[in-house]
Amino acid sequence: MVTGAARPGALPSAGSVLDAARRHRAAVLLGLVLLTALAALASLVIGARHVPAGAVWGAIVSPSGTEDDIVVRSLRLPRTAFGLLAGTALGVAGALTQGHTRNPLADPGLLGVTQGAAFAMVLSIFTLGVTGVRTYIWFGFAGALLASVLVFALGGAGRGGATPLTLALAGAAVTAFLHGLVAGLVLIDQQAMDTYRFWQAGALAGRDAGVLPALLPFVLAGLVLAMVNAPALNALALGEDVARSLGHRIRLARAVGITAITLLTGAAVAACGALAFLGLIVPHLARALSGPDHRWLLPFSGLLGAALLLAADVTGRLVARPGEVEVGIMLALIGGPFFIALVRRRKPVRL
Amino acid sequence: MSAPAARTAPAAETAETAGKAGGTGGPRALRAGRVSFRVRPRAVLVVPAGLAVLALLMAVDIGRGDFPIGVGDVVRALLGDPEHRFVVMELRLPRVLTGALVGAAFGLAGALTQSITRNPLASPDTLGISQAASVVVAAITVATGSAAGGAGGALASVGIPFAALAGGLAGGVLVYLLAWRQGLDGYRLVLVGIGFAGVAANVKWWLLALGDVNDAGRAMAWITGSLNARGWEHVRPVALALAVLVPLVLIGAFALGTLRLGDEPARGLGLRVNLDRSLLILAAIVLASIATAAAGPIEFVALAAPQIALRLAGTGQPPLVGSTVTGAALTVGADVIARTAFGAVELPVGVVTAVLGAPLLLYLLVRSRRKATL
Repeated sequence: MVTGAARPGALPSAGSVLDAARRHRAAVLLGLVLLTALAALASLVIGARHVPAGAVWGAIVSPSGTEDDIVVRSLRLPRTAFGLLAGTALGVAGALTQGHTRNPLADPGLLGVTQGAAFAMVLSIFTLGVTGVRTYIWFGFAGALLASVLVFALGGAGRGGATPLTLALAGAAVTAFLHGLVAGLVLIDQQAMDTYRFWQAGALAGRDAGVLPALLPFVLAGLVLAMVNAPALNALALGEDVARSLGHRIRLARAVGITAITLLTGAAVAACGALAFLGLIVPHLARALSGPDHRWLLPFSGLLGAALLLAADVTGRLVARPGEVEVGIMLALIGGPFFIALVRRRKPVRL
Repeated sequence: MSAPAARTAPAAETAETAGKAGGTGGPRALRAGRVSFRVRPRAVLVVPAGLAVLALLMAVDIGRGDFPIGVGDVVRALLGDPEHRFVVMELRLPRVLTGALVGAAFGLAGALTQSITRNPLASPDTLGISQAASVVVAAITVATGSAAGGAGGALASVGIPFAALAGGLAGGVLVYLLAWRQGLDGYRLVLVGIGFAGVAANVKWWLLALGDVNDAGRAMAWITGSLNARGWEHVRPVALALAVLVPLVLIGAFALGTLRLGDEPARGLGLRVNLDRSLLILAAIVLASIATAAAGPIEFVALAAPQIALRLAGTGQPPLVGSTVTGAALTVGADVIARTAFGAVELPVGVVTAVLGAPLLLYLLVRSRRKATL
C-alpha cells in the first residue's frame, strides 16, 4: 500500500498512514465508479448500428420514436442494465464466497447456486415443456435458493458447524450431484440441451426487460446483507476463535453471508446464464487494489464486476460485427489471460 | 494394482497388535533392525477392504448387460470356463478394467494435486487437463459433424482419444509452465489453473453453441465421461501408465509428507522442494491426461476419491493408495448403476459418478468427528 507522502527520514505517525491509505482507497473507489460509468456509456453507444452519443442521450431523456430511439430504449438500455445488475451481483457474491470458504478456487456457483438454477430450469423444460424465458427464470431462481439452503444445511451438520472446509466440500459435492442430473437430462432431451448450451454460454442480449424490476429488490437486499456481513468477514479471516472473542456470532455471520450469496448469484444466473467465471476472477483483481479488508473489497468487487462484464459485452459486439460473440466467452477470453498475468506478476494475496 | 501389496505386508502384524489394544486405530511403530516407520492400522486396512469391494463390483459389472451372467459364472469364466468366455473376456472385461484403471488414475492424480496445493477442491480440472481435452474434442466433433457436411464420424472417433491426450497434456504442461516463477508455488498453481480452466471451459461452450444440436449432444456425451464400447486398446495405455507411475509416486510420497511442513522446513530437511513438487505434479498431469483420453474427463472422481479415502482412513492428508482404490471402486460402482438403472438407456458413467459419490462424501462430511484440515 502507498503510505502517504512522508518526508524521507521522518517517520509518519500511525494516524497519518491510515488516513493516507483511506484516501488512496477512496481515490481508487472513485476511479472504479468512473470506469463503470464509462463502460455503461460504451455499452449504450457501441453496437451493430451506429448511434451518436447525442442521439443516445436524446433517446433516454426525450424519446421521439425514431429508429435510433427504439434501438437504444428497447435493446441497449435493458442490456446495459442487465450488465450492471449481473456484474455487480456476481462480483460481490464472488468476494463473499471466497471470504466464507477461504478458498481461492471458490466461485459464486460453488455453493450450489448456479447448478441449482440450471437443474431447476432444465427440469422445468423436461417435465413441463416450459419455453418462455420469463417463466424459467423463476424456476432457476427457486432452484438456486433450494440448492444453497441444502449446501448450508449439510456443510453445517457436522461437529463444529459450517467451517470454510465443510462449506467448500459440501458445495462441491452438491454442485457435482446436480451437474450429474443436468447432464443426464440434457443427454435424454434435445430441447433441454438446446436451451442449456446457450444458457451455459451466458448472454446479456435478448433478455426480457420485464424481469429487471422484479429481480432488482433481490439484488439490492443481497448487496445490503453483504455490506452488513463485511466486518464479520474481516474477523472470520483471523480464525473462528478470534472472531468469536471479538464478539461476532459465527453461525449468524455465515447465514447472512450465504443468504447474500444466494440472492445475488441466483438473480444474476437466472437472468443472464452461467457467468460464474466473473465471480471467480473479479475478487482476485479487486483484492490486488483493496487489500484484505472486506469493507473495501466488496464495493471494489461489485464495481469491477460490472465494468468487466459490460466491457466484455461491448467487445463481443465489436469483434464479430454485425453478429456478436456471447458475453460469457468474451469474458473468459479477456479476463482469463489478464487474471493469469496478474497472478504471475505479484505474490497473490492469500485467503 | 500390485503396488498396494508392498504396503499391506505389515498389515497382518499390525492387525494383531491393534486387536490387543482394542482397535484404537492409533499410529504404531514398526521396527526391523535399523529401519522403522509408523503405521496406522485403520489407514492400512482401508486398502484391502477397498480392494475387496472393488473386486465384487467388477464381477457384478461384468455380469450386467443385454445378456445377464451371474457373479459365480463370471468368476468361472475368468478362471477359464469356456461357457461365457467370449462375452466376458472380449466384450465386458475390457470395459470394466478401463473403468477401474481410469478411476484409479483419477483418484491418485487427485490425491497428488490436493496434497501439493493443500486445497481439497483441487483436481485435474484445476490443472487445466479436463477442460483442455474437452475443448479439443468439442472442436473435432463440431468440425467433423453434420453441420460441416459430416466428414466421417468413424474417423473422428478413432482420432478422439489421441487428440484428447494431446490436449490434456498440453493444457497441463501450459498451466505448469505459467505457474512456474522462481519455483513452483502450490497456491499460484491453483490460481493459474482456474484461470486457464475458465477460459477453456468457455471456449468449449462456445464451440458447442456453434454446432448442430446433435453434435453438441455427442460431444457432451464424451465430455461427461463414458465407458461405452471400450476395448483392450483402451486398457493397455492406462495400465502401463499406472504400472510405471504408481511405484514412482509411492517412492515420492515421502517427500509429500515433508512438503506439508512448508518450504523452509522441507529445505532444511534436505528436500529439493521445487524438483520434488514438480515431479509429483507432472506425474499427476500424465495420469489424468491418459485417463481422460481413455474415458473422457470423469470429473468428480478425482475430487471426491481422495476426500472419501481420507475420511475412511482417518488420516490428515489424502492417502495415496487409498485414494487410488477408492477412485477405482467409485467408477466401477457408478458404471454398474449407469448400465442398469434406466432400463434400455445407458447413461455415460460420468453422470452417475457424481450422483453416487456426492452422497457418500456428504455422509462422511456430516458424520466427521474431528475438524478436518488439509
